[in-house]
Amino acid sequence: MKELLSRALNLAQLRGAQYADMRIVENRTQSLAVKNGVVDSLNFSDTIGFGVRVLVDGVWGFASSQNLTPDEVDRVTGLALKIAQASALVSGEKVQLGPAVSSQGVYSTPIAIDPFSVTLEEKLAILLAADGEMAKVQGVRARRSNMAFICEHKWFANTEGAFIEQTIYETGGGLVATAVGNGEVQTRSYPAAFGRQQQTAGWEVMQKWDLPGNAQRIASESVALLTADACPAGLTTTLILGGDQLALQIHESCGHPTELDRVFGSEAAYAGTSFLTTEKLDNFRYGSNIVNLTADSVRPLGLGTFGWDDEGVPATSSPLVKEGLFVGYLMSRETASQLGRTSNACMRASGWNRIPIVRMVNVSLEPGDWKLEDLIASTDDGVYMETNRSWSIDDKRYNFQFGTEMGYEIKNGKLGRMLRNCTYTGITPEFWNSCDAICNADHWVMWGTPNCGKGQPSQVAHTGHGAAPARFRNVKVGVLK
Amino acid sequence: MLGQIEAQKLCQKVLARCGSDPAEVVVMAQDSALTRFANNIIHQNVAETNALITVRYHIGKRVGSATTNRMDNAALDELVEQARQNASASPEDPNDLDLPEPAAYTPVPCFDENTAEMEPAERAKAVGIVCRLATEKKLNASGAFSTGAEEVVVANSRGVFAYHAASTADFQTVVMGSDSSGRAHLSNWRAADLPVEALGSAAIEKADRGRAPRKIEPGEYTIILDPSATQDLVDMLNFYGMGAQAVLEGRSWMNSRMGQKAMSETVNIWDDGNDLRGAPIPFDFEGVPKQRVDIVKDGVVMGPVYDRYVGQKMGKASTGHAMPPDFRNMGPLALNLFMAGGDSSVEEMIRSTEKGLYITRFWYTRLVHPTDCVVTGMTRDGVFMVENGQIAYPVKNLRFTQSYVEALAHVEAIGRETHLFVSEYGGISTRVPAIKLAKFNFTGSTV
Repeated sequence: MKELLSRALNLAQLRGAQYADMRIVENRTQSLAVKNGVVDSLNFSDTIGFGVRVLVDGVWGFASSQNLTPDEVDRVTGLALKIAQASALVSGEKVQLGPAVSSQGVYSTPIAIDPFSVTLEEKLAILLAADGEMAKVQGVRARRSNMAFICEHKWFANTEGAFIEQTIYETGGGLVATAVGNGEVQTRSYPAAFGRQQQTAGWEVMQKWDLPGNAQRIASESVALLTADACPAGLTTTLILGGDQLALQIHESCGHPTELDRVFGSEAAYAGTSFLTTEKLDNFRYGSNIVNLTADSVRPLGLGTFGWDDEGVPATSSPLVKEGLFVGYLMSRETASQLGRTSNACMRASGWNRIPIVRMVNVSLEPGDWKLEDLIASTDDGVYMETNRSWSIDDKRYNFQFGTEMGYEIKNGKLGRMLRNCTYTGITPEFWNSCDAICNADHWVMWGTPNCGKGQPSQVAHTGHGAAPARFRNVKVGVLK
Repeated sequence: MLGQIEAQKLCQKVLARCGSDPAEVVVMAQDSALTRFANNIIHQNVAETNALITVRYHIGKRVGSATTNRMDNAALDELVEQARQNASASPEDPNDLDLPEPAAYTPVPCFDENTAEMEPAERAKAVGIVCRLATEKKLNASGAFSTGAEEVVVANSRGVFAYHAASTADFQTVVMGSDSSGRAHLSNWRAADLPVEALGSAAIEKADRGRAPRKIEPGEYTIILDPSATQDLVDMLNFYGMGAQAVLEGRSWMNSRMGQKAMSETVNIWDDGNDLRGAPIPFDFEGVPKQRVDIVKDGVVMGPVYDRYVGQKMGKASTGHAMPPDFRNMGPLALNLFMAGGDSSVEEMIRSTEKGLYITRFWYTRLVHPTDCVVTGMTRDGVFMVENGQIAYPVKNLRFTQSYVEALAHVEAIGRETHLFVSEYGGISTRVPAIKLAKFNFTGSTV
């Protein structure tokens, strides 16, 4: 691999690139799913390819191919240079990358059990057992259980002297039970929304999740939801969010608006921009003073955990919101340089065939002091909601509306009746400023979001979000139609 | 790109490795490029060459699959062995899994060499025109211009060999002012048919006209939708109900409306993979020829599209709507959608409106509840208050929560022109007109 990397970088420099980097990515993914008692999919995917990124006279070009031969490396490098020449036809200020990056080393996700060493028979037995448990519950119309295991091997080198090699493992899976009746369709998932929790880890986390042990419970809940009372409509009340729902709230209303490329307009035509414009940095009360949000790529289990980002910048941790004050962005070398800062390792590509763009790493809400039972006990009147069902937010990341799979009424400090079709809506800073309690580290889980879309051509990123349940005051709930 | 002869050789090599066991090969190849711009300059400019080979291997009633993008003999050996191992480990599926037999399809000529091989400098020049026009108006243009070519090849051990090559082109731009934005978008398989400068001018005109938007109260409004917004209605109805699997599982908006008049009688929606006005492909990803399927006819819900697997569970034949290997477990979906045009235009719709909203597009739409296809989302890139037959003033973006089925039960006018859009995800093509709806429910507004 090193020879091919050197070949591209030398050729790029010889032909006038002031900077170049190349990534080779080999991805092995095994995916299994059982639906209603039969195997719905059982696939093994093994793909490889490379991408060459060049900076010529201050403008970018990128080309990629699956054909890893010296001739193709030459062709693709030449194409990247040609594309950069075209970029120069409609260019502005020259790109500055800030301090050089010359990282060296090897990183591998710490795992206890290689998920690819576990037999297919053992994996299918777990999925079929979970399916069988869900099937015991009358009224469940569709049952799906799934697992996915990823091993991504990456090599990166740049013309500043960086050469790194990384092996990232991910293990994901879960269950979905769908019940139909009473004019309703209701779904419950485990361990996370849409039947998929995912972490940088090995088989050991799948054992911990115990899919069969939770299958009957979620199936029963999906059936119970058919006849549960509807979430009160148009009510402004106290809202307690479960950690799995809060993870997506963080993703959408904290993670995306702190992406500095959005702030600078790079995503204006597609993902949108951000209300967190640069004059607000160190100067804007994003949330209440108990709200602390961190971007990191070092915490165990996070889907944003690695050794270096796709520009070779070492993994790190940095605050985004400190005691409610907005203090930081997710940054690349280029965007950080524009702001007079240095990158905090947030440049990530979804594969060899995509350029790295600013992405979330692990964007997490730091834990507070509360036990969940105390939090509920101290709430006179409100709604508890968990597990995302729908999510929508405007292009500046202000106005959001979420739906959850399940909720409970809270009355006089106790969980009351189950509620179906729960929704809540708000404006991002108003919402986070209404946060008055966050549960402690015992309730804090690193959730995985393996489906974050951004960029053109589209890229799907895997991001991590640590969260514990939290309470928000004066939130509008029950927006169905 | 492989070309038909090389593609056939590749499929034969894979099938030969499967011996006498039934097997299917799907190859999806692409050579694509995209020029992206923002702040009136090109900031991202990329190209990709790739080909994915997926083999589905049968051992009796056991099935497994494997995918690679490596083409050498050793990789193909490994590919087939991996699929065989997956099939061996899989329990038997009691459903009918027979692979389809060869069936004639009519090739659709939608490959334009100039589009497939467009140089990056040509895309840059086109983008440059839009950036210059925006700069002249003190506005800020962003967007993407993509061109390329793709191949889909399906072969199986029963003799199916289906090959399709297409060129692709898409131009979209969002032009922004300090407090306004406008957007224009079109797709075509021939880049020369994309009126890039006119699209840029349209987005600029909207952004210019949208300055100083007013905040209005949410509530029920008559709305006039540009084709970009109509696309969202048709696509969401497709995702959440036009496929047979959603109907089988009782979660489609069609379930309680089959054979009933659920929409205005001017609403006609169908799928046709052979129509050159879309982004055609004449067979599905099992090699079954695509049929034209009426989904909503004169407002009456006709039924979903089928693939073989779900169809046999429901006693129906495939309509040629099996999905690509990666998405097959979603069940069949309509990939070549059309909504019939009418006899109006956006200008006529505005003239006929006493009070309402003219909307460019919907954004970040998500299903809130499946049975009525209740969707929430935001307006984006140009919303205008219409009063007494004229555009009165621009308004700030609104959030809606609305049943899309009910919305289409109150169609007051449909535009003559239809526009083609190919979506970022899944390559679903949708050709739709502008429409006017008597009522639509807005539930919030933004800052």
